[in-house]
Amino acid sequence: MTDRDIHASADNLEVAGNPVAPIPAEKTRSQWRDVWDQFKTHKGAVLGLFFLVFITLFCVAGPWIWTVDPGALDVRNKDVRPIYTAIWDSNAKVNWARPMGTDNLGRDQMANLMQGGRISLAVGWTAMILAILIGTLIGVLAGYFRAIDGLLMRFTDLVLALPLLPLLLVMMLLFRDPLRASFGPEQGIFILVVTGIGITSWMQTARIVRGDVMAIKEREFVLAARSIGTPARRMITRHILPNVLSPIMVSATLGLAVAIITESALSFLGLGFPSDFPTWGKILNDSVPRMTRFPERVILPGMAISLTVLSVNYIGDGLRDALDPRIRGM
Amino acid sequence: MLDNSAKPLVSVRDLKMHFPIHAGFLRRRVGEVRAVDGVTFDVIEGETLGLVGESGCGKSTCGRAVLRLYDITSGQIMIDGRDIGSVKQRNLRTMRPIMQMVFQDPQASLNSRMTVEAIIREPLDEHTTLSDAEKREKVGELMDAVGLNRRFAKRYPHAFSGGQRQRIGIARALALNPKFIVCDEPIAALDVSIQAQVVNLLEDLQEQFGLTYLFISHDLSMVRHIATRVAVMYLGKIVELAPREALYAAPLHPYTQALLSAVPDPDPEMAAAKQRIVLQGDVPSPANPPDGCNFCTRCPQVMDICRRIDPEYREVQPGRWAACHLHNDMSPAEVADEINAAQTAG
Repeated sequence: MTDRDIHASADNLEVAGNPVAPIPAEKTRSQWRDVWDQFKTHKGAVLGLFFLVFITLFCVAGPWIWTVDPGALDVRNKDVRPIYTAIWDSNAKVNWARPMGTDNLGRDQMANLMQGGRISLAVGWTAMILAILIGTLIGVLAGYFRAIDGLLMRFTDLVLALPLLPLLLVMMLLFRDPLRASFGPEQGIFILVVTGIGITSWMQTARIVRGDVMAIKEREFVLAARSIGTPARRMITRHILPNVLSPIMVSATLGLAVAIITESALSFLGLGFPSDFPTWGKILNDSVPRMTRFPERVILPGMAISLTVLSVNYIGDGLRDALDPRIRGM
Repeated sequence: MLDNSAKPLVSVRDLKMHFPIHAGFLRRRVGEVRAVDGVTFDVIEGETLGLVGESGCGKSTCGRAVLRLYDITSGQIMIDGRDIGSVKQRNLRTMRPIMQMVFQDPQASLNSRMTVEAIIREPLDEHTTLSDAEKREKVGELMDAVGLNRRFAKRYPHAFSGGQRQRIGIARALALNPKFIVCDEPIAALDVSIQAQVVNLLEDLQEQFGLTYLFISHDLSMVRHIATRVAVMYLGKIVELAPREALYAAPLHPYTQALLSAVPDPDPEMAAAKQRIVLQGDVPSPANPPDGCNFCTRCPQVMDICRRIDPEYREVQPGRWAACHLHNDMSPAEVADEINAAQTAG
């Protein structure tokens, strides 16, 4: 092969393989660009990404623009309908200063959704990441090391057999006050809720990952790596983990949904965040008694939860395809 | 064995690899599959030892056990003067570079999420302290050596044909300059036109790097082409080991005779005239091998003694080893003694 041949290939990728001018930075970028190119072909994933960016900006940057205090009571303007109600009901109580309406205490819905979204998203992501980390760790260890498989999986069964909601309630009662004392009321509850959800939802991930690890462990490329002398920890990081990425990704997207919904259930039982502290789940639950008269109070937070979960699901799907070189087709 | 001046690079003595069978409610050990049951052979430096046999006879297990990819049940394995049979897996790591393996299924033996460069580089990452640029250069050299275009280093295995994938596997095996390579049916998953290319590549590399091969295959004509000596396995045991020409010209063991008679002949007249030895029945289960000789259930020349006493694996002619009572030079009296001894022991 001559140099001319090498330069004849216009493809970035192949230039990166040129032994004469190897620039590592260029190569990594080109590989991630391929991932991005594949990701872009998944329409749902791109749409999901747009929505997730939008909802995140709405919650994070929104309160800087919409500076209404979510907790401020305004009894004169209570039960204001969202402005779009005026389209079909000219007698509806609407107010341009309250574009999404107010609740029965006159609190601004839009400010509440922003503030609630901050908490729900933070809890959802953190608890999901925690659950995935624990689940993957236990699953990989149990699947790879036969000696501790029985022990770890029986432990997983044990946690699965525990009734989770009562367990969470007991945890809340036991640890709420000490955590509040040491981290402040909001931080303390946040840590408690995230840890509570995280350590009670990793079991499915652990089981799925264990099964996949056991299957991959018997594949010939693992045997090949063993014949090279690759030690266990690098065997796991280099060969096992990249190949169990898909099930982990799927559990992660489902985990986010479960975390947001569990948080709302806890709030509903009055054991999550304090009552003046909105989260999507709590807004939803607070509105249930009067949802026939004010359906928007259920629909808006409900849509926020389900669309976030759906978009994360699609992103996970697109990312899984994009990270698989076989589907990426290169 | 063959030539006293040649020193064996690999010597295997009475290698046994039994896999336990667990069954029942308490997963008790109820028996074992004797995949490799007392195998002895030497591989002389620079030669290719062909290991042939039908499916399930333990060829691949034997090859893997020699490299200690399994924890062997018993036996001794010496590679390059070092005993690797009893060493702990952890301590085996430093010895890995001298012995490597080429796998049967090139699709399955390459991690589909790693680029070709990363795959070939893995042994270098594990065992050398070369810089990044040196490693890349070495990968390029290896790709040249096995006839792959360096431009493809950043591609993933699925973008290659079966033959090219096998070349990637060979390049990976060569990365650490090994002395001994176990080729576990490296051509079985390839189509015939590619088989010849890969076998020729293996031969060229052997010449170039002075490699020693243990070439496992069920393709007798391919083994005839590449091997210096050939060992024939049946049900976990080597039944015959001989230099290539001698084995193909005059097989001693009835199983070898049957195996060779099954090789298709390209000349129709010769093929029509050929007397095939068709074996009856199936291979016994390796979990429950027959008493006496393993081959006694199917042997066309079975004798009374075969069903009672396992024939000793011995050098019947200089350089030719076989395990068969037909080639025992014991007198009838000695045979009778052995039968009695076996009966009293049993």
